Amino acid sequence: MPVYNEKVMDHFMNPRNVGEIKDADGVGEEGNPVCGDMMTMYIKVKDDRLEDIKFKTFGCGSAIAVSSIVSEIAKGMTLDEAMKLTPNKVVEELGGLPKQKLHCSNLGAQALHRAIDNYREKQAKLKGERYNPIAEAEGGNCPHCHAETDGDGSTACQACSVEEQECVTGE
Amino acid sequence: MMKKVYMDNAAAMPLLPEAKEAMLPFLGEDFGNPSSLHEWGDKARDAIEEARASVAGLIGGSPEEIYFTSGGTESNNFAVKGLALAQQAKGKHIVVSAIEHFSVLNPAATLGKWGFEVTEVPVNKYGAVNPEDVKNAIRKDTVLVSIMHANGEIGTIEPIKEIANITREMKIPFHTDAVATAGTIPVNVNELGVDALSMAANSFYGPKGSGALWVRRGIRILPLLEGGIQEGGRRSGTENVAGIVGMGKAAEIAAAQMRDRIKHLLPLRDRLITELPAKIGHVIVTGHPTNRLPGHASYCVEFIEGEAMLMLLSSKGIAVSSGSACTSKALKASHVLLALGLDHTLAQGSLLFTLGLTNNGEDINYVLETMPPIVDRLRQMSPVYDKFIKTGKGG
Repeated sequence: MPVYNEKVMDHFMNPRNVGEIKDADGVGEEGNPVCGDMMTMYIKVKDDRLEDIKFKTFGCGSAIAVSSIVSEIAKGMTLDEAMKLTPNKVVEELGGLPKQKLHCSNLGAQALHRAIDNYREKQAKLKGERYNPIAEAEGGNCPHCHAETDGDGSTACQACSVEEQECVTGE
Repeated sequence: MMKKVYMDNAAAMPLLPEAKEAMLPFLGEDFGNPSSLHEWGDKARDAIEEARASVAGLIGGSPEEIYFTSGGTESNNFAVKGLALAQQAKGKHIVVSAIEHFSVLNPAATLGKWGFEVTEVPVNKYGAVNPEDVKNAIRKDTVLVSIMHANGEIGTIEPIKEIANITREMKIPFHTDAVATAGTIPVNVNELGVDALSMAANSFYGPKGSGALWVRRGIRILPLLEGGIQEGGRRSGTENVAGIVGMGKAAEIAAAQMRDRIKHLLPLRDRLITELPAKIGHVIVTGHPTNRLPGHASYCVEFIEGEAMLMLLSSKGIAVSSGSACTSKALKASHVLLALGLDHTLAQGSLLFTLGLTNNGEDINYVLETMPPIVDRLRQMSPVYDKFIKTGKGG
């Protein structure tokens, strides 16, 4: 049996929404090539909805598939809805990912959330207001032991106690 | 039908039909136990001894110095632990290189937990060990040096003879992991001057799960597996007769055909090594450009990740490997690539082509025309490439 299911393969082989939005309303970057994956999400916002999403991804098959499906399902969502998109939902939409690839799903949702934060921050600035970014780890899977993490801000996965942020140091 | 090109011979090789033929009786009617003192036992024992002579002949050793094992991993474990533990009254220090296979590095780390000290000698940017570094790493209490003959990931062939000159003078047992070389290029234990040498049948078209450790007569080694007195008591357990017979046949044929095989592989490899980087750009050949295994071409492709390349190549019928973090189950970039001094991002673009007897010039043409659009496609969606194009940095 191939490592990836048909849906993942389809999104990897024919990724939707690849590219860059030149005059994007928000840009979010997540990951680090040191860990293997890095994503940049570009969003266009109209009437508080995601009118357009494009992405660029450095990474493996599942990282590319995750970016693609995130861009597809989030398009048309309100910003609040999109902020509620979880890694688990992304995996579900893809019909599952191999255990050691589950952490790729964190990146996709996270990159989108960062793009929305970036947009909201810019909007707030225009109004002279302060904005506190809310995109933070919202649970997902530890890349080392694959256990679900709670995203409570602690730096180590409680199941295997490997530092969650281990690879960020290489930046 | 889509063209299929298998270039992952370092991962697995097809079994030679002659080896398979030789094995079949021992999976059928000739089922005897080589330890038995009757007709069935005699037949199995004779077959094993014949294989032992062929395997010894392949590396210029004596048959009684060959211990059959379950493959390269067991041979390396046996050598590292068995040689070090046999000498521990003399000292508890061993020397390995930074690019050894995990079947050497992990037993060495275990010895570390058991009170040994382990020194890892570095490699240069081509992955070559400097014999002077080995000399400097050796101490009064050093009881084992283990340096591989060639690295299966980057293809570089190590200066084993030069290192052996040092270990011999200092009277320290020297083991070499020759899994990548035995049966592929000429290997002679006496010319190399080593004391123990690991090999695996599947590196030369023999069956998987079958390997051997050669140990020079007079060198002390403790068994890894204890039990009955098979293999002189140094490797207990009823022998894998069919696997051993297959290894023997493959060794016999490898010895006879080695020169022709190398002649076949070299021009194909050299085309890959020179033409692919020229066609694609921003591709680094890993390992030594010339002093490397005959069928081995390895690269780091900048700005993109290995697994994605591997999968797109696979969708075009081309089978290769990668040492990127994403392809490894441990999610870590290959320790070999990092030891060359490559940064993590570059190591993610690792791609490895290992050629075999079935490959031909057309296969190379196919790779050369299939690969550039795949790289281009992934670079177009890579934020790292984007950064490079916009700033000239990040490569």
